[in-house]
Amino acid sequence: MSERFPGVGATRQQARPGLRSWLDHHRSVARQTLVDLTEQRLANALSCLVIGISMALPTLFYLMLMNVAQIGDSWDGQPRVSLYVLQDAEPESVLNEVEQIVGTTRVHLISAEDALVQFAASSGFSDVLAALDDNPLPAVVEVRPAGTATEVSALIGQLSMLAGVDDVTVDIAWIERLNALVRFGEYLVMVVGMLLAFGVTLSIGNTIRLAIENRRAEILVVKLVGGTDAFVRRPFLYLGLWYGLGGALMCCFMLWGSMWLLQAPIYQLIASYESSYSLRGLTLLDILTLMIVGIVLGVMGAALAVGRHLREIEPR
Amino acid sequence: MPKTLLKRFSRPPDAVFTEMIRFDAVSKRYPGGQDALSGVTFEIAERQMVILTGHSGAGKSTLLKLIMLMEQPSHGQVFVGGQNLARLGRRQIPGLRRQVGVVFQNHQLLFDRTVYDNVALPLIIAGLGPKETGRRVRAALSKVGLSGKENQLPIALSGGEQQRVGIARAVVNKPPVLLADEPTGNLDPDLSREIMALFSEFNQVGVTVLIATHDLGLIGEMGHPEMRLSGGRLVS
Repeated sequence: MSERFPGVGATRQQARPGLRSWLDHHRSVARQTLVDLTEQRLANALSCLVIGISMALPTLFYLMLMNVAQIGDSWDGQPRVSLYVLQDAEPESVLNEVEQIVGTTRVHLISAEDALVQFAASSGFSDVLAALDDNPLPAVVEVRPAGTATEVSALIGQLSMLAGVDDVTVDIAWIERLNALVRFGEYLVMVVGMLLAFGVTLSIGNTIRLAIENRRAEILVVKLVGGTDAFVRRPFLYLGLWYGLGGALMCCFMLWGSMWLLQAPIYQLIASYESSYSLRGLTLLDILTLMIVGIVLGVMGAALAVGRHLREIEPR
Repeated sequence: MPKTLLKRFSRPPDAVFTEMIRFDAVSKRYPGGQDALSGVTFEIAERQMVILTGHSGAGKSTLLKLIMLMEQPSHGQVFVGGQNLARLGRRQIPGLRRQVGVVFQNHQLLFDRTVYDNVALPLIIAGLGPKETGRRVRAALSKVGLSGKENQLPIALSGGEQQRVGIARAVVNKPPVLLADEPTGNLDPDLSREIMALFSEFNQVGVTVLIATHDLGLIGEMGHPEMRLSGGRLVS
């Protein structure tokens, strides 16, 4: 290569930038855009906050949903069948009949007296109950059937036909309803999430559009001295990346704040259901997912803005 | 980068000089306006230095813009290094512009960047490492007499100094072709002479130079071939 200055034939080395210099440029652009962002700290923090709020809303909803779903999951998955014994029937004989069908291990008798004691203790109506002459509660045979859903429903049919059984209730129904509700909630989160993701993309796109306008002169000069489209695009894509990541971080902080605020009332609620259950907060995976989603939305928004506006800026 | 350019520019220095810039019946009409250029035909050989003169509005700037594809001709064809520019796709334009250094009358410097960053821009775009970039930027700045001003902002420099930053940026990438649009436009005669001498030096080491100027006083002293535009036509 000619070392004369400025010589003919010295351009071959520059024609094919190596991977290393390409990576170097990515690194320096990433750093430079981050440094540029710290210059207008308040405005950029506000942009990130808007993105963060848009991301926090569906995520908070999702967390609540996961917690509700967890209540359903904390059930062992097997339904409990309660057979209410007729007042004039003998609970023990019903128990025996049931044991012949499903075996002894899965059956449990709650006598009318035990039921009264339990109810008095948990409901706080002990005074009222003490004033009653008879025990209004029936004896209950509790069955925990095993098997598939169809086997279980066949068994329930069989059990309800037994003499001495007044009524059969299956507590699986409300779990099914809960699960259906959770599934509906998941769709809702998805739809709301997609709408807000669209909003995030547009808001980042708009921020990037302003950045492009602000750097119009620089873009012109870069194009004049032979900058490729990719070169011109790069700082704006990184800007989008940082906005998205910043938004995701803001989102995490807001979620932590919300969970902290909601914690006390939720634990009170849980305590009133005599359930021990710990609230599911943000997991590491959630945080990682939020960051990846933020980055993807940021880069996407930036790519949209850049694709739309960069072509309009041509040296004339 | 277009293959033809690469082939042309990597030829050994003792090869036969051939055409570097060729205009073939080129006309340019701006939308709704007059013909800026009409039927312009000329050829500039490799390593030649040519002065393009004419009154303002004669089409000098348009002619330069056509060479670096800031504008497309309405009719006719432009060749640079044997490459028909009409055949270059959008993605190949940066490759062409890296081969053509341009000095603008209004400098086109980035005023929020240091002198060093301004001059280094073409090298960063070309993907040179920081070490080689630093070496070449300092060489280019010393060539135009601006050593030691690397860390200043262009706004702190005089008009002549700003122009020389622009020249350093145009040549730092060692382009085979150097264009200049009124490079002495706002400078006093002494400075103008210095700048023109600088272009002559680049020409002597093998760069094809095309300078557009209306500074008629300088042209006689230089002894380079002259092309004159008048009303969009080449008159001599």
